[in-house]
Amino acid sequence: MNSHVQLEHHRGVLVVRLTGELDHHAADFVRMDLDEAILRKQVEHLVLNLKDLQFMDSSGLGVILGRYKLIRGKGGKMVICDANPPVKRLLEMSGLLKIMPLYQDETAALSDLEVAL
Amino acid sequence: MTQAQAENYMSVQFAAMSENESFARVVVAAFVSRLDPTLDELNDLKTVVSEAVTNCIIHGYDSDPSGIVYISAVIRGETVHLVIEDKGKGIDDLELAQQPLYTSKPELERSGMGFTIMENFMDEFEVTSEPGQGTSIRMKKTIVSKKALYN
Ligand SMILES: Nc1ncnc2c1ncn2[C@@H]1O[C@H](COP(=O)(O)OP(=O)(O)O)[C@@H](O)[C@H]1O
Ligand SMILES: [Mg+2]
Repeated sequence: MNSHVQLEHHRGVLVVRLTGELDHHAADFVRMDLDEAILRKQVEHLVLNLKDLQFMDSSGLGVILGRYKLIRGKGGKMVICDANPPVKRLLEMSGLLKIMPLYQDETAALSDLEVAL
Repeated sequence: MTQAQAENYMSVQFAAMSENESFARVVVAAFVSRLDPTLDELNDLKTVVSEAVTNCIIHGYDSDPSGIVYISAVIRGETVHLVIEDKGKGIDDLELAQQPLYTSKPELERSGMGFTIMENFMDEFEVTSEPGQGTSIRMKKTIVSKKALYN
């Protein structure tokens, strides 16, 4: 019943594509899916693709910051890509873009991580 | 039709369950749609409704689904007035609660940005709260942008 998260995993990088609406209700499912993937697979870095995210509120900011801490705690890097203007505005307002880079698209995000690998 | 709009009113109440958050956003968006808001304005309204309702559920009622969340909205001219309330535990320190990034529930991965967002996205925003009685958020936004395009 949860179609919020699409995951792709290659070479230590977990690509997460979020769809639909990320509010407090969805946050619990998204958090569980991501943490399971991060802890079970050999995930070093995380790319969060927000292209198909139709709505997000401050609960989404909490989920993003939580995953950032998890990934950083394991010595990895987390980047965001393809945020639409309303989502970008929230990311900016919360200061999250000061600690996580935002890329135009997945290709740009991945090529930056490849350099970092 | 450019006839002067009479005052319009609606109110809903629902169980304090997280699955009702999207319902609350849709109800308010549908009610306001007669003002012909832009997508940005609609998104602002949905976001503040989501913030206020989520706060009632998580903080006001500590996620107890027997709590009730109340929303009422008035459209007066081009302005929408929203009131979102709970009869939950209330807020002891209103000033602290409104600090950006302050949250009393960091263990739930809250970001502490709810009040900051409501303040930024609306023209007017006011919280009143009585410990043990509940919390009430009053907000106001004038819908302008789309009409300005036609002038
Ligand atoms: N309806 C409410 N009832 C009780 N406390 C509230 C309510 N709304 C907000 N608060 C308090 O204000 C704080 C800040 O709210 P907010 O800015 O939305 O951040 P967050 O929800 O992420 O904690 C909350 O952590 C809580 O302590
Ligand atoms: Mg909140």
